[in-house]
Amino acid sequence: MIDYNLLADLQQMWHYQFMQHAFEAGTIVAIIAGITGYFVVLRRSAFVAHAFSEIGFAGAAGAVLLGIAPIFGLLLGSTMGGLAISALGRRAKNRDTQIGIVLAFSLGLGLLFISLYTGYATEAYSILFGEILGISSSSVLLTLFFGLVILCAVAVIYRPLLFASLDEEVAEAKGMPMVFLGTVFMLLVAVAVSIAVQIVGVLLIFSLMVTPAATAQYLAKRPQIAIIISVLISLIATWSGLFVAFYTPYPVSFFITTIAFSLYLIVRFVYPRIRPARITQTKYEGIRK
Amino acid sequence: MSTNLITADNLAAGYREKTVWSDANFSFGRGEFIAIIGPNGAGKTTLFRLLLGLQQPLSGTVKIFDAPPTRGNTRIGYVPQRHVIDSDTNIECLELVRLGLSGKKWGFNPFSNKERDAALAALEGVGAAELAHRPLGALSGGELQRIFLAEALVSNPDILLLDEPLSNMDLRRETELLHLVNDVVRSRGVTALLIAHNINPLLPHLDKVMYIANGRVATGKPSEVLTSESLSALYGVQVEVLRDPHGNVAIIGVEEHHGDMV
Repeated sequence: MIDYNLLADLQQMWHYQFMQHAFEAGTIVAIIAGITGYFVVLRRSAFVAHAFSEIGFAGAAGAVLLGIAPIFGLLLGSTMGGLAISALGRRAKNRDTQIGIVLAFSLGLGLLFISLYTGYATEAYSILFGEILGISSSSVLLTLFFGLVILCAVAVIYRPLLFASLDEEVAEAKGMPMVFLGTVFMLLVAVAVSIAVQIVGVLLIFSLMVTPAATAQYLAKRPQIAIIISVLISLIATWSGLFVAFYTPYPVSFFITTIAFSLYLIVRFVYPRIRPARITQTKYEGIRK
Repeated sequence: MSTNLITADNLAAGYREKTVWSDANFSFGRGEFIAIIGPNGAGKTTLFRLLLGLQQPLSGTVKIFDAPPTRGNTRIGYVPQRHVIDSDTNIECLELVRLGLSGKKWGFNPFSNKERDAALAALEGVGAAELAHRPLGALSGGELQRIFLAEALVSNPDILLLDEPLSNMDLRRETELLHLVNDVVRSRGVTALLIAHNINPLLPHLDKVMYIANGRVATGKPSEVLTSESLSALYGVQVEVLRDPHGNVAIIGVEEHHGDMV
């Protein structure tokens, strides 16, 4: 029962182990999704990220059928998808048609696995829409492990990846390993998507992988600042989503997506009106249109 | 050890099935401003790809600093041909210029003051210091070309390759940019190769011109190369070079059947 005393409410909530796990996994996923999401938005790979989650759905459903934890199926499915899309070539982000074809097939395959599975239909539901309240302590550890792997990898490839994303042709002419960078990035997104699916599910993956980063882009012009803001937004959405959901009968994923979307709308449409006006005229260019 | 930065001997370029041009011989020294002109598809960008080590010659040799070109040569600054940066790219210009210096480095060091100062200096060098904190997506074509130029110059290259930097630019911006490139060439001793469609605005600045058409490459001083006699001799067909009273030239007779081998 909520008593409108924040400290007491939080204590009450964290009294439950499933809420502790939810906050731990949610925090790791929010940080990872906020960081990788920035590059997903910068490279305009949102559709690819979505495809990973749906290919992961087939993997997760297959894992459920075989009695394995869905996260392993997700990881297998999405990393295979990542390698396949990298193999399509550098211009993979423009291969919407091929990706769409594979995506539809994967969903169909997932549906078959789910119908073959004689257990509860809630398994499918939780893969599609997230099941943050059912995360075990071993899942939290697994999430932490993959989160750290992604964090380390991004720290190492940060500058080359940013360069290759922003100015592909010059980066290539400078001898950057473009295929390697593209493949590593795809694998990072695949793993990030897999652990994020636990929180918001296959269908709502954009709320953590795209919305916070897209919002952050309006607020900061320096990538490292934008990434920090992106992480903060996904943390706010995840934490307050969990908090509100605990005291209401509605699903966590709904609140996470709604909070992220509301922040986007505010930044997109309200912030430009209240932000201090800038002088856009420059010295040597004279008056601009 | 020659004094030339770039030399080519009987160089031929193209792809496995098709030679784009052949028998090219040229040499460019330090601090020269060279324009590369010719019809679309004649192989102007192909020359840049050879110099950048992105493509191998079909035959003959090309050397930069007395060595075959290698990919990732830090002594070459490159501005590729491109249209625009997406108008919703909300990243400040300084960041792109800084990546021109440190984009190849692995590891995480986004707050280096030394790199930041170098990037600011490069922006100042192209008269774009005011654009440092403007988002890339909000720039005009002319402003973007200045940023790309700063990105190419920030690592202090000896050679500058500019692929059609003047396209989609009005006359005033074109003149501004050409003066800027000319200043860079003269003040830093950089050798600049610039691909253009129209030779005329470049003529006052050029040391050499390279005319690529119909599988042949003519190189030399503009007054020597751009004559009816030399181009007719090179192509084996009658080529007319017309000059108006202001010194502007028009080349007639090659463009019509470009792509054919002569």
